[in-house]
Amino acid sequence: MNRMLAIADKELRQVSRDRMTLAMMVVLPVMQLLLFGYAINNDVRHMPTLVLDDDRSAASRDFVRSMEVTGYYDVVGHARSYGEVERAFRAGSAKVAVVFARGFAEDLLSGRGATLQVIVDGSDPQTVASATNTASGLAAERGASLSLRPVVPPMRVEPTIWYNPELRTSIFVVPGIIGVILTMTMVMFTSMAIARERERGTLEALIVSPVRSVELMVGKLLPYVAVGYVQITLILIAGHLVFDVPFRGSLPLLYAMSFVFIAANLALGLVFSTLAKTQQQAMQMSFFFLLPNILLSGFAFPWEGMPRPAQWLSEVLPLTHYLRIVRGITLKGSELTDVVRELGWMSVILVFFVTLASLRFQKKLG
Amino acid sequence: MSAPQTDGPRASAAPRQDVQALARDAQAPTADTDLVIDARHLSRSFGSLQAVRDVSLDVRRGEIYGVLGANGAGKSTTLRMLCGLLDPSSGSATVVGYDVAKHPEEVKARIGYMTQRFSLYEDLTVTENLRFYAGIYGVPRRTRRARVDGVIERIGLGDRRKQLAGTLSGGWKQRLALACSTIHEPPLLFLDEPTAGVDPLSRRSFWDQIHRIASEGTTVVVTTHYMDEAERCHRLSFIFRGAVLEAGTPQEVVARRHLRVVELDVPHGARGAADALRDDPRVEEVAPFGSRLRVAVRDRDPGEVARHVLDPLGVAYENCGEQRTTVEDAFVALVHEDERAHTRSQEPAP
Repeated sequence: MNRMLAIADKELRQVSRDRMTLAMMVVLPVMQLLLFGYAINNDVRHMPTLVLDDDRSAASRDFVRSMEVTGYYDVVGHARSYGEVERAFRAGSAKVAVVFARGFAEDLLSGRGATLQVIVDGSDPQTVASATNTASGLAAERGASLSLRPVVPPMRVEPTIWYNPELRTSIFVVPGIIGVILTMTMVMFTSMAIARERERGTLEALIVSPVRSVELMVGKLLPYVAVGYVQITLILIAGHLVFDVPFRGSLPLLYAMSFVFIAANLALGLVFSTLAKTQQQAMQMSFFFLLPNILLSGFAFPWEGMPRPAQWLSEVLPLTHYLRIVRGITLKGSELTDVVRELGWMSVILVFFVTLASLRFQKKLG
Repeated sequence: MSAPQTDGPRASAAPRQDVQALARDAQAPTADTDLVIDARHLSRSFGSLQAVRDVSLDVRRGEIYGVLGANGAGKSTTLRMLCGLLDPSSGSATVVGYDVAKHPEEVKARIGYMTQRFSLYEDLTVTENLRFYAGIYGVPRRTRRARVDGVIERIGLGDRRKQLAGTLSGGWKQRLALACSTIHEPPLLFLDEPTAGVDPLSRRSFWDQIHRIASEGTTVVVTTHYMDEAERCHRLSFIFRGAVLEAGTPQEVVARRHLRVVELDVPHGARGAADALRDDPRVEEVAPFGSRLRVAVRDRDPGEVARHVLDPLGVAYENCGEQRTTVEDAFVALVHEDERAHTRSQEPAP
């Protein structure tokens, strides 16, 4: 016990003296939070829009104006033909074009039903949904107010969105960042901390000391658990201040769940450290591990949309389970019973990593 | 290094005496004291490379035991096996009363080990390094502070206790590393190339410290490739290509070679003279030092041999007299013997 504390104390002193680690501990989470929080946004606004108006009526001008007001479309110019639209799309100066055929106003007023065409640059699928959905919604609304006899549709859908009614992407992304940051830093810190001892020759002195493997492992990891909690707290606070992300569940529950997640990542870092000979290798392995985490866990892309094999693969990543837990607790106020399944999976992964780490982490050279 | 001819007082009574004299006078503990290390037929291979071949060592309590050899001869590998860091491929070793293979942790608790690279945490202060090693070696909390403070004062780092170890000079690092590896006052201390890359003055004072530690009852096993350091050990082993070539006290090792050494001053054509001497089968070794040649000959008058070789060539030289035979001379001769035996055994039978 004493020996373990001696190692933890030493590790903590080293961390506090290493500016790089400190910077990664504090700056990285905040930087990632801002980057991801602002950049990942499926809600595409300010799409450069061309108008091809063959009707030249008050109604068409009025509709264009109402499109601009939504903030989704920025009218960048007028086209006289489809050819001009194509050229603008190819040059990238426009992503959306609105086409009014001759007789648009007449059809509208007569109640025959008017059609306007919205052309979207489909090479970026994200813009398509925004552009078409907004235009359809607008048409339904404007049509109802413009036409003389309002049409009552026979069936209507009333979408009711819980937890995030304004559909703000940042609310979805920010809790996920906690998991991504922890995955990145926890694995990297531990694997590098041990690789550093190997590189500098101090590991040999530790191995020849009477310190037991368990004491060495736990003593080295303990300070990083604290680092992990600092990061979680930092992201929660910054997320709330900058992006107004709510916290609806129990903070102690989140912290308790996070322990399992942090421990799993630390154990994996330990496994990497037994494979890496230098700090650089340790760092590369950590990044190699990070990539599938970002892509498969459901952090950046919806898990439900992934093909089956990818889903299975994602289940072995602790991040996949932690994301569900952290989003559940922060956004939906999930309780222990709601997340117990994910906790179970995470624990299985933890036990696996710890076993692997202690098998590989032997107090011997060569 | 000059060798004092007088017999000094007993080692324990005179810690400040010339250490060389000390090494010779402090008659190594006699056979009635038990063995601290008893290694039998240790071998270790790394893949197809056999780093250590059939090494046997016996180290007695309280002595300074040197393991000599060139870089890569297998010294460190031997030491690591004795510390329980590496498992031997074959053979066994009893260290401080425990079988290393069966009870490595018991051994580890009773030894100190200073690695070639000092094993200091450069981003920790002097005090923090010592406190850390005291901690992992289980020095009780109550006595830890006093022990660390005492050690800092003794090694003279009192006004640098808050300095980061990485900013210390090589000599200070070495002192600190030695202090770290003895903070738990182990009965047996291993030093792996402790003086590699350290300035001569620090090396000298380091050996004073080794002798002080030994005089307090700690057994010291030290590896080195500096032959002058060998003279400061009680007993030593020569390791060459992973095997022990020779073992004993420095005097025994030297005496067994039956070498006599003369130094010649050759102002002109020293190189040609050296080549001519080397070609003579009676000459064991020629080492040039500027215009001086150090000539070692087995069982003959070296001056005579030199005269026989050089006079017919008309080389002008001055005989500077016979010199004391050193461990280095003995080692070179040993390696030559071994190489000759090696070539003979490899030559195809006629």
